[in-house]
Amino acid sequence: MSAIIELEKISKTYEIGQIKVPALKSVDLTIEEGEYIAIMGPSGSGKSTLMNIIGCLDTPTDGIYSLTSERVDKMTDNELADIRNRRIGFVFQTFNLLPRADAFHNVELPLIYAGFPKAKRRELVAEALDRVGLADRMTHKPNELSGGQRQRVAVARALVNKPSLLLADEPTGNLDSRTSYEIMDLFGQLHRQGNTIVLVTHEEDISKYAHRVVRLLDGEINSDIRQTPSYKGDGVRQAAMDSKYDSASA
Amino acid sequence: MFRRFRHFFASLVEGFSMANRALLANKTRTILTTLGIIIGVVTVTMMMMIIQGLNNSFQQQISFLGSNTVYIERWPWVWDDEWWKYINRPKLTMDDFEKVKSRCKLAEAVAPQLYTRRTIAYRDEAMSGVAIMGTTFDYSLVGSTFPEFGRFITDADNRSSRKTCVIGTDVVEEVFRSRNPLGQDIRIGGHSYRVVGILEEQGSMFGQSRDNIIIIPIQTFINSFGRYRSVDIAVRGYEDTDMDELIDELTGIMRSARGLKPLDENNFAINRQEALEDFYKTMTAGVYGAGLIIGGISLLVGGIGIMNIMLVSVTERTWEVGMRKAVGARTSHILWQFLIEAMMICMLGGAIGIGFAFLGGMALQNSLPAVLPVWLAIAAVGFSALVGLVFGIFPAAKAAKMDPIAALRQQ
Repeated sequence: MSAIIELEKISKTYEIGQIKVPALKSVDLTIEEGEYIAIMGPSGSGKSTLMNIIGCLDTPTDGIYSLTSERVDKMTDNELADIRNRRIGFVFQTFNLLPRADAFHNVELPLIYAGFPKAKRRELVAEALDRVGLADRMTHKPNELSGGQRQRVAVARALVNKPSLLLADEPTGNLDSRTSYEIMDLFGQLHRQGNTIVLVTHEEDISKYAHRVVRLLDGEINSDIRQTPSYKGDGVRQAAMDSKYDSASA
Repeated sequence: MFRRFRHFFASLVEGFSMANRALLANKTRTILTTLGIIIGVVTVTMMMMIIQGLNNSFQQQISFLGSNTVYIERWPWVWDDEWWKYINRPKLTMDDFEKVKSRCKLAEAVAPQLYTRRTIAYRDEAMSGVAIMGTTFDYSLVGSTFPEFGRFITDADNRSSRKTCVIGTDVVEEVFRSRNPLGQDIRIGGHSYRVVGILEEQGSMFGQSRDNIIIIPIQTFINSFGRYRSVDIAVRGYEDTDMDELIDELTGIMRSARGLKPLDENNFAINRQEALEDFYKTMTAGVYGAGLIIGGISLLVGGIGIMNIMLVSVTERTWEVGMRKAVGARTSHILWQFLIEAMMICMLGGAIGIGFAFLGGMALQNSLPAVLPVWLAIAAVGFSALVGLVFGIFPAAKAAKMDPIAALRQQ
């Protein structure tokens, strides 16, 4: 098991005019391959800032960030864009799908930016949509899909370039409870298939799906606890779904 | 290296598909946006078309003058305000003609011309205002005016001052109708002339028919109508004769024939088809320029409209830029995608404008000649793309420079 993410003394300070606002103050965090982590914290804790740094959307003011052994903290904009394209898969609370494009084109987007030829893209998109169970919805536009299906298309997009890391920011925030569990089940399945998942959430229920919970407070890590995942809702039903996924996973 | 090309190509393709979606999504907005461009393109294109059409028509109508033919006359075809200089010029005489004919080495044919207008009659038909021209056989070579039936005036006709004539198709139609004119006698100015030839149809120049003419031997003309008119001398050079050289030679011959001293100005004019063309081009240059300026302003206004709409579009799609960057789009990708969208809207406007200009041209067919050359269509669309590029760069750069985190915060 190798470390996917190594954060060493990471700090981030925002300058608003003359005032300096320290959002993160010296954070050390290591995430191994195949882990399933939830990052939690109240607003102002630096949770979003940490997520943006992990996701290479932002660079730290200080400290070292190694992603799959590559030093990321001092990369150029173009290099970061490539990292986001190949190494990281984002899932957003608001899905962020192109409303006028079908599922195929939405999932295809990272591959277009990666420069893959059309035939290869077709293959990878079909594979990704199949993994989330939407192979038959390839030509549907977002307005022809339910909320849960839309988020699944977003997950397929996050997976299509076979990233090292899935980064989900409040992925169930815009879903009802039933659909939320469907999506969390999907994440669980993806985790069992070997993906590394970092989940940022403020909901305790959702954090229970993870195997490790990192809590932030005032820009620092307050606690970092491993746990046995437990699910809200009908345990029997969950177990049945578990076994269904277990037999399906590679 | 190849990777960079792939990135660029990816931007282009995604740019096209993005543009396509955006344009189709809000058709009303698209059309209103392109309106400025359409109007600009239609304006410039139609003006160019009309000018081009007029140019072609003009060229075609004066082509009979011949590009390697010059005309020695009293008056120049194009003059400025000093017309009084020309009034006092001595008339050209048959003597001048003889000298030119015998001395000019660069000429293939030299023909004298004398004109008048008369009423002519055949049996009980009459026709007034017919041009009567006296000339020699060489004229058929100079003006490439060959008889369709019968023959032209010959040197023998001139030596004997025969009363023979060659008639134009207007005369045939009006006076002879369905009768064969050859061998018939017509009365011109009280005398009887035998028709020996019928000219090919010549067409008209600036609305005046050139077929309303009867050609007779010049000697006969002088005998019948007097020798007080100024003779026009038409000179045709060989295929490869340099026109400037020919004009120099003729100038020399004429000056010597008229006894002009070295410091005297020419008291005759040597006219060329080219002079008319130049004059025409000078006249239309102003119109051309005005058309370009008006069109340019229209396109400028259209471009500003494009820029405004693109800025609105970029602001509305801030979240989209954030998402694209999050999945790996580089700054250059975003820049090109929006730039291509702007260019495509403009090129669409350009193409629509060309379409309307084409229809407009067809509608005008009857009153004004208008031609839509392929180069103009391509130039218009190309220029529209340029407008899109210039006015789209600011909004595209704005989108490309967006901070993805801030952008993603938009709903």
